[in-house]
Amino acid sequence: MRAVAGGVALAVVPVLAALVLSGAVLWLLGTDPLEYYAYVARRGLLTPSGLQATVTRMAPLLLVAAGLILAFRTGLWNLGSDGQFMLGATAAAVVAPPLAEVLPGWAALGAGALAAMVAAALWSLLPALLKARHGINEIVTTLMMSFLGLSLANALVKLVFLDPGTTVPQTRTLAVADRLPALPGTIVSGGVLIGLAAIVAVHLAMTRTSFGLKLRVVGASPRAAIHAGLPVPLLTVAVFALSAGLIGLAGAVEVMGVLGNVRADWNPAYGLSVIPLVFLARLNGFAAIVYVLLFSALQIGAESAARRLGVPAYFTLVLVANLLIVLAVVEYVAQRRRPAWT
Amino acid sequence: MKAPPAGPLIGLRGITKRFPGVVANDHVDLDIHAGEVHVLLGENGAGKSTLIGMLAGLVQPDEGEIRVEGEPVRISSPKRALRLGIGAVFQHGMLAPTLTVAENLSLGTAWWKPWAAGAVERGFDALCAGFGVRIAPGAVVGDLSLGERQQVEIFRALLRGSRVLVLDEATSMLTPQGVAELGGLMRELARRSMAVVLITHKLGEALEFGDRITVLRHGRKVAELGPDRLRDEDSETLREQVIHAMFDGTGGGGGPIARGGVRGRAVLAVDGLVVEGGSAVSFEVDAGEVLGIAGIDGNGQKQLAETLAGQRRALGGDVLLDGQPITGLDVGARRRLGLRYVTDDRLGEGTVAGFPVSLNLLLKEIGGAPFWKWGIEQPDPIRRHARDLIEAFDVRAPGPDTPVGKLSGGNIQKVLLARELSGGARAVIHSKPTHGLDVRNTASTRRRIREAAGAGVATVLISTDLDEILELADRVAVMSDGRIVGIVANDGDARSRIARLMAGDSA
Repeated sequence: MRAVAGGVALAVVPVLAALVLSGAVLWLLGTDPLEYYAYVARRGLLTPSGLQATVTRMAPLLLVAAGLILAFRTGLWNLGSDGQFMLGATAAAVVAPPLAEVLPGWAALGAGALAAMVAAALWSLLPALLKARHGINEIVTTLMMSFLGLSLANALVKLVFLDPGTTVPQTRTLAVADRLPALPGTIVSGGVLIGLAAIVAVHLAMTRTSFGLKLRVVGASPRAAIHAGLPVPLLTVAVFALSAGLIGLAGAVEVMGVLGNVRADWNPAYGLSVIPLVFLARLNGFAAIVYVLLFSALQIGAESAARRLGVPAYFTLVLVANLLIVLAVVEYVAQRRRPAWT
Repeated sequence: MKAPPAGPLIGLRGITKRFPGVVANDHVDLDIHAGEVHVLLGENGAGKSTLIGMLAGLVQPDEGEIRVEGEPVRISSPKRALRLGIGAVFQHGMLAPTLTVAENLSLGTAWWKPWAAGAVERGFDALCAGFGVRIAPGAVVGDLSLGERQQVEIFRALLRGSRVLVLDEATSMLTPQGVAELGGLMRELARRSMAVVLITHKLGEALEFGDRITVLRHGRKVAELGPDRLRDEDSETLREQVIHAMFDGTGGGGGPIARGGVRGRAVLAVDGLVVEGGSAVSFEVDAGEVLGIAGIDGNGQKQLAETLAGQRRALGGDVLLDGQPITGLDVGARRRLGLRYVTDDRLGEGTVAGFPVSLNLLLKEIGGAPFWKWGIEQPDPIRRHARDLIEAFDVRAPGPDTPVGKLSGGNIQKVLLARELSGGARAVIHSKPTHGLDVRNTASTRRRIREAAGAGVATVLISTDLDEILELADRVAVMSDGRIVGIVANDGDARSRIARLMAGDSA
């Protein structure tokens, strides 16, 4: 019980401290921090439309979080999420609209989702093989592949799959009627259910199944994994594919649930935003849901506040940055107070 | 030695430290005097490491007081310990292997100060000369022997102005020659009025090097032998007294246990097996037989063991278990057929330190019934299995959920033995099974090996300890340079024949 309370304190205190720190930044910029936070909370959580926008935004973030938790718990630092996300989004935007004209809606959506997962998983194959076969550090390779993936997605949209019917470079648009159905009585895209299901499934798989245990052994001690006879290269490639697949699915959900198409030069950089969140959640799926909700509300609120109070929407990033700094300090203090070594 | 100082340099009073499930130190009093080599002696898990961790500022005592020159102090960090003049050299080196000696010595100096390579090198050379040691300051640390690295660490502590030098299990990684050199170095340090604290579980070293010996047992100080007694009494009496204090009269090893059981046909047959960096190796081990593999460390024993276990690919040749070829099988399949491997790297590859004992006991059977059903973990059978093995193998752990990394080395070895010897073992490969263990755990490990062989297990015992092999093995293969240079029966003159084989005569 005390451990749980301590864990909650360890998660909540940094958030409060980061809010205070960021408030000081706002105050220096000449904005009343209380007014800003009140406005963000109202627009992100407390109005029906804001809340629905927040929950809709959670869908891609949850899927990205699920993909990252899977990889990170296996000790594989997949930092290529942005490229994987955009390739997934582009694949879905390419596949779903034409299929929707000839197939029933669910089949088109399913094909779009599958295409997104396969595209993203393929993009992770090279770093995965390099890691599995040659032990090459995946942090560097996934980051590099991420930039290439972003460029490739962009090139595909601008050069190959652009919609001849518009002048703006973008893919064909999925008709609103063919998109992921909204939750009954709301305008919240059904994608959030996919996101929740994915992150809970990843959490349970990692903590309760033999597959998850094998991955945790690889993550905790690759040498013990080899000693125990686990097929480490195979697991490495599988985890990369699954992780990237989930992140690609995030792109599909955003396209097929909310936007309907991919515009050239669009890149929401959800991957990099989610990394601090999953660390804040200590790679725990349920905690990650809470942080994703918080972050979505901040993002949605900040987008409104940008128009109303003149504080750029990027201020959310300042908040997250402060949160990370505070987190590092809290971690340092906790480490110092814990017996370093027995 | 100069005039003995009035009081101890460092005094520990009533030091107590608790960790989950154990009291690591229980009201320990300890005096450390300048000009003395003070040996802290105790078996694994006796609380030596925790005690010096507190001196080095890594662990804080729950109760008690540490005084430096009579003044109570709080050693809150390693930095603080250094400032108080306490330098520690740990068992596992703390030097950066890719940097030179001089660069390593400069690590930790303030970042704004210019790096005076020349001054560092001159200081180090002067120190080396004073102690009659020759190490080039420009040498890359990774190229130095373990003994030389340790000397560099000791000199680093001296250059930082340490008055007290703590050496944690300093001898365990050294060759006999290196141990002798370290002994000379410690003598010289004491002559220069330094206080040296040597942590060891080896009785011989304690008696040889110590001016003062403190014996720890179960976290308590059970005996202290001052310089007078160490000087005046003869070594046999001292040895008996210390053994009595360390083990409370139970002594070290039990007598040899007669091995019953049936000796039968070959269970494990190795036919022309080519291992990375070696040449073809052939031998057979019968049911109930112990084949010792002797040799100096690093002559291909580890590669052979890993290839037999299936962790490493064979370049040629065959391995047969009960007449069935297993060369193409992976670790899991070999294990299911009864081939087991007890690694000497207990924490590095044998277990996952952060995982509970219960899961470590199943590390090689993840996903198997009845512990997983359709891939879902079944906590009750897993915990029951752990409880049974903990009891059967006398593992001292608070419970099945304790992380294995919190256990002492001897208990981790018991976890490994429990995992590998239970559940249908046919042939077991032991790699240096008692490496780093204290007398009591060494004895119990050897007893387990003997019992398993008595029950018909074909055993391959790889060891660098010839006494161990002569105590346990029926036949002894000698390994040198990746190949087996001869196999001899363990009879009257085995020792000299093995020595000749090691020296290069072929059988």
